[in-house]
Amino acid sequence: MSASTPIPPSSAAAHLAAGVLGAPGNEVRLSVEQASYAYLPNPSQAPLFTLEATSFQARPGELVAILGPNASGKSTLLKLISGALRPLSGRVLLNGFSTGSLDPRTRAQRIAVVQQESRLLFPSRVWEFVLQGRHAHGRSLRFESADDIIIARGALARVGAEHLIERWMDQLSGGEKQRVILARALAQQPLLLLLDEPTLHLDVGAQMDFLEVLRRLAAQNHYTVVVVTHELNLAAEYADQVVLMQRGKVLRTGSAAAVMQREILEQVFQASLSVEIGASGRPRITVLSGSLGKQGLSR
Amino acid sequence: MKPLTLRSLLIRCGILAAVLFVSVFIALKLGAVPVSLYGLGRDIIRVALGYSSDLSTDYRLIVFDIRMPRILLAIFVGASLSVAGTSFQALLRNPLADPYVLGVSSGSAVGAILALIAAQHLDLPPLVSGLLTPLGAFLGGMATIAAVYFLGRREGQIESGTLLLAGIICVSFLSGIITFLLNTLSLRDRGGMSFWLLGELGTPLPASLRWFLVLGFFVAAAAIYTTASDLNLLLSGEQEAMHLGVDIDRVRLVVYIGASVLTGLAVSVSGAIGFVGLLVPHIMRVIFGPDHRVLLPTAALGGAIVLVLADALARTVVAPTEIPVGAVTAIVGAPLFIYVLRRRSA
Repeated sequence: MSASTPIPPSSAAAHLAAGVLGAPGNEVRLSVEQASYAYLPNPSQAPLFTLEATSFQARPGELVAILGPNASGKSTLLKLISGALRPLSGRVLLNGFSTGSLDPRTRAQRIAVVQQESRLLFPSRVWEFVLQGRHAHGRSLRFESADDIIIARGALARVGAEHLIERWMDQLSGGEKQRVILARALAQQPLLLLLDEPTLHLDVGAQMDFLEVLRRLAAQNHYTVVVVTHELNLAAEYADQVVLMQRGKVLRTGSAAAVMQREILEQVFQASLSVEIGASGRPRITVLSGSLGKQGLSR
Repeated sequence: MKPLTLRSLLIRCGILAAVLFVSVFIALKLGAVPVSLYGLGRDIIRVALGYSSDLSTDYRLIVFDIRMPRILLAIFVGASLSVAGTSFQALLRNPLADPYVLGVSSGSAVGAILALIAAQHLDLPPLVSGLLTPLGAFLGGMATIAAVYFLGRREGQIESGTLLLAGIICVSFLSGIITFLLNTLSLRDRGGMSFWLLGELGTPLPASLRWFLVLGFFVAAAAIYTTASDLNLLLSGEQEAMHLGVDIDRVRLVVYIGASVLTGLAVSVSGAIGFVGLLVPHIMRVIFGPDHRVLLPTAALGGAIVLVLADALARTVVAPTEIPVGAVTAIVGAPLFIYVLRRRSA
């Protein structure tokens, strides 16, 4: 089975037991080709925000970080990739299919999105929440199968949250909750995992734990992971590829070392910074003036 | 980890069906004319076996021709309003949503009254004019939920407080219209002020309408039930539900039309009975949890139980006078509304 084929539920248990979701491949999985977008609340007025033509590619097992100041278009780009928005021009392809033209069910079988906040109207248990990830794989009126339960348990185990299975969602700490939300996304058995500022409300330790889990999942299970984040040092440490954005435009894409250079970061974030190469061979960013008070820059 | 199975769903529904059966017995027994429980059981069997001629005419009239149809009507109306309330709460992500609070019931009442007026002037055959009332009620309810939905949106998001305010405004406005219509026009049959504004179950139902109502209920409730798992995901928000594979537009369409049909049918035969659609889903959620695959059928049965008992109370509490059943549900329901509101803002 190739890395790009969704696994039928019947064979999912065997694959989970083996710990892999497919063989590694070198083909391009996600391809953003000159995709642009404009928010037009009223067609007769000028657009409120424009995302200029953007291109980059990602392979299975790759972790891409989208960086940039507030209102630079990071979340818009993520929505274009997820298919929630359709590009004005250009296209976003996942294994050759345009993400915006997939029906919601097929899309949810291939793309999982972890959003900034997940507020529940009525409390539910962790296992109920994770089983929601199986929704797109079943008929609308069915009951969860034995495979669904194995997959949900496996997803919780892979994010190190199996012990939380009987807990209530509203009684979890920020870090625990974020892991459970990630487990629900994994239960979708996606090819592409999109995360919008997943570490926003986490402390430094929990942030590093979370990125560590993502890094491991991408490597072991060959997910393509795209993370929108404000945390420059986390991106520098964990990303295979960095997409740096400013005012609706992609300034640079490439490896962390190639993109995260002092001049360009200072210009984008309007702060005085120093960039050193750490022991891991990856850049390390420190805020020198701190006058703009950007959160997370000095970590 | 105990995921829902068909067996556990049927057991829960079976328990509630048994409670409903007992409630029907209690309601048949209670009333201005006393009936013994033993005698009642014996006579139901007799009627079922076709020996109804053995019973005295008065007795048969009271129990089987007056109380029984009224109880069946309460079952139908209670189930309809509860299912509508449950689905509105999920779709609008608002635990305070209910057909009455949102103004859908009042909109249905206006639609029904206009249909009754039209029927008087059009001189249609009885069956058609009979169907015109539930149709008018459905259209009135549908128009109101559309209005409340658009008034309650802010920057593309449904805002909980604004939605409720929009509902309250609609209720006041439509109550004004109802009062105006009833005071200026005379309606030949159904239609006192308390019927339309508070709701009553005492008005006899035209026989031709009964099967239509039952059919309408099952079609609308079944359509809503096909969205049960989607509604579970909608509790975390429309965006998240979409990413998990929910076709939001389809669910919205099915639930709005289905819930408006249920409300319209209920209001056209009983007026605007309030708070059943609020009260029952909350009770069932506490007992059975928030999974809509369980919640929708248990809310239907629970709604039937609550309204059968509330109507029994309305008939007997100041016997031989009756109070409108809507007064009973409002007296119990309004404090619960305040409780949920305060717990949410705490």
